[in-house]
Amino acid sequence: MSLDQNEISKLARLARISIADSDTAELSQRIGDILDMVDVMQAVDTSNVVAMANPHDAVQRLRADEVSEINQREHFQAIAPQTADGLYLVPQVIE
Amino acid sequence: MPNHTVADILRGLEAKTFSSEEITQQYLDAIVAHDPRYNSYITVTAAAALEQARAADLARQNGSGGLLCGVPIAHKDIFCTDGVRTSCASKMLNNFIAPYNATIVTKLAQAGTITLGKTNMDEFAMGSSNETSFYGAVRNPWNTDCVPGGSSGGSAAAIAAGLAPAATGTDTGGSIRQPAALCGLTGLKPTYGRVSRYGMIAFASSLDQAGPMAKTAEDNALLLQAMAGFDPLDSTSMQLPVPDFVGGLNKDLKGLKIGVPKEYFSEGLDPAIGAAVEAALDEYRKLGAEIKAISLPHTHLAVPCYYIIAPAEASANLSRFDGVRYGYRCENPKDLDDLYTRTRAEGFGAEVKRRILIGTYALSSGFYDAYYRKAQQIRRLIKQDFNEAFKEVDIIAGPTTPNPAFALGEKVSDPLTMYLEDIYTIAVNLAGLPAISLPVGLTQGKPIGLQLIGRDFDEASLLAAAHQYQQRSDWHRQVAPGSV
Repeated sequence: MSLDQNEISKLARLARISIADSDTAELSQRIGDILDMVDVMQAVDTSNVVAMANPHDAVQRLRADEVSEINQREHFQAIAPQTADGLYLVPQVIE
Repeated sequence: MPNHTVADILRGLEAKTFSSEEITQQYLDAIVAHDPRYNSYITVTAAAALEQARAADLARQNGSGGLLCGVPIAHKDIFCTDGVRTSCASKMLNNFIAPYNATIVTKLAQAGTITLGKTNMDEFAMGSSNETSFYGAVRNPWNTDCVPGGSSGGSAAAIAAGLAPAATGTDTGGSIRQPAALCGLTGLKPTYGRVSRYGMIAFASSLDQAGPMAKTAEDNALLLQAMAGFDPLDSTSMQLPVPDFVGGLNKDLKGLKIGVPKEYFSEGLDPAIGAAVEAALDEYRKLGAEIKAISLPHTHLAVPCYYIIAPAEASANLSRFDGVRYGYRCENPKDLDDLYTRTRAEGFGAEVKRRILIGTYALSSGFYDAYYRKAQQIRRLIKQDFNEAFKEVDIIAGPTTPNPAFALGEKVSDPLTMYLEDIYTIAVNLAGLPAISLPVGLTQGKPIGLQLIGRDFDEASLLAAAHQYQQRSDWHRQVAPGSV
């Protein structure tokens, strides 16, 4: 199995990773190989098996809705690529 | 100095044979002199290490030192270290100075450890050979033409080369146990939820677990003692008491039931590894253990199941690297979409991108049930295999890897054959169980690992079983030819 150009483009779009045209063929083959490898799962009847998301079947622990962290904006923004006036800067989005 | 264990160093510090500052300086000197051969460190924090060592020496004098007071160790570069670059071996985080500490970094520092530096690894822990690192491959001190294993390959090589007595690692599919096996070390993956994941850069959140790597089971117990425990900052951390791992090392093995799964001795296993594992099992018989044949019938589904679940979780976790808040940003983005897509294309390496795309595929509309849900169902079948086995036995034993260390470049061009190197370790992560790898032989000058798998939260039995084997064998004392 290998994915076609359109499928790779769709995945690249969903994952927000640009892929050079020259890499598409190899990537398609690699992903196809992995999908072939995992295909053995389809032969197993799992109709009565509950999906397992956590190995202890644990659920998310909740805590009281109280402030537990202080504001550290300047500390965290010190490592940002670009900021101004306490905001993260990105290319213009709105005309 | 070289090939000290953590326990040796604690004895030396206690007896005032050397100070923490002296032993730390010796390791720092050894790193400068010898690491160019191995590339096991990404960052060395010499000045901070010496400062910590002097503080530890004072604390020891005052009698206020913790369990590991004055012991130098290294941290895998996946753990956030406040004020120190934390790269995850990726171009994406090459400039990332962590603004806080991972919980285990804090806990080990509180216990008195000194941080020598940050060790090399596969990029974002995705790999089994340490060849996907942005900072270059790591070489195995047993044979520098070979890989040290991965993803915690830098931690393993540093210890085997005598450039750290112990190190932290993480294990999502075998990333502590496989490099421990390939470098002749003892390494423990704790039960999922035993050790906090806070500040450990996430790969696959339902599989990731941090653990110790060292020469002996005793050293693993010492480190785990400091690392383990409930952390309110990790929502999957389990609220359970931490046993006395060090005190439990000599627990009698008489009557211990060890299960040996027939599926772990199938085709693809190097016969020399099979023979070494059998010989180790004979030693366990002499220690009073009972060896039983068992079956884990869904073993063949573990690698396929893992290569859906791990990439799916990775694709979600790695969406945070977008060039906006921290890390790499592409030059001159023409719009927001270009900023995202080009930052990620340029910042991630080939294997990371491949796994993000696979995960995206498995989670995408129309494929979710066939891949992701299916894999989660298979995951339960794998866990049930272990549950059934643990009704009959206390520990499960087998090889850690099918082959000894392989040559650099041998498998990196073919991801599928690389994935199969983790065939015996991956099911353990899917089931959330604890497991340890310990050295039990050499083949063609390369180490062989025995894997012991335990019941949920029963790290103590694994450490005791490994420790007592090490009281009557000297494989863990073998020194790599390249060691300082």
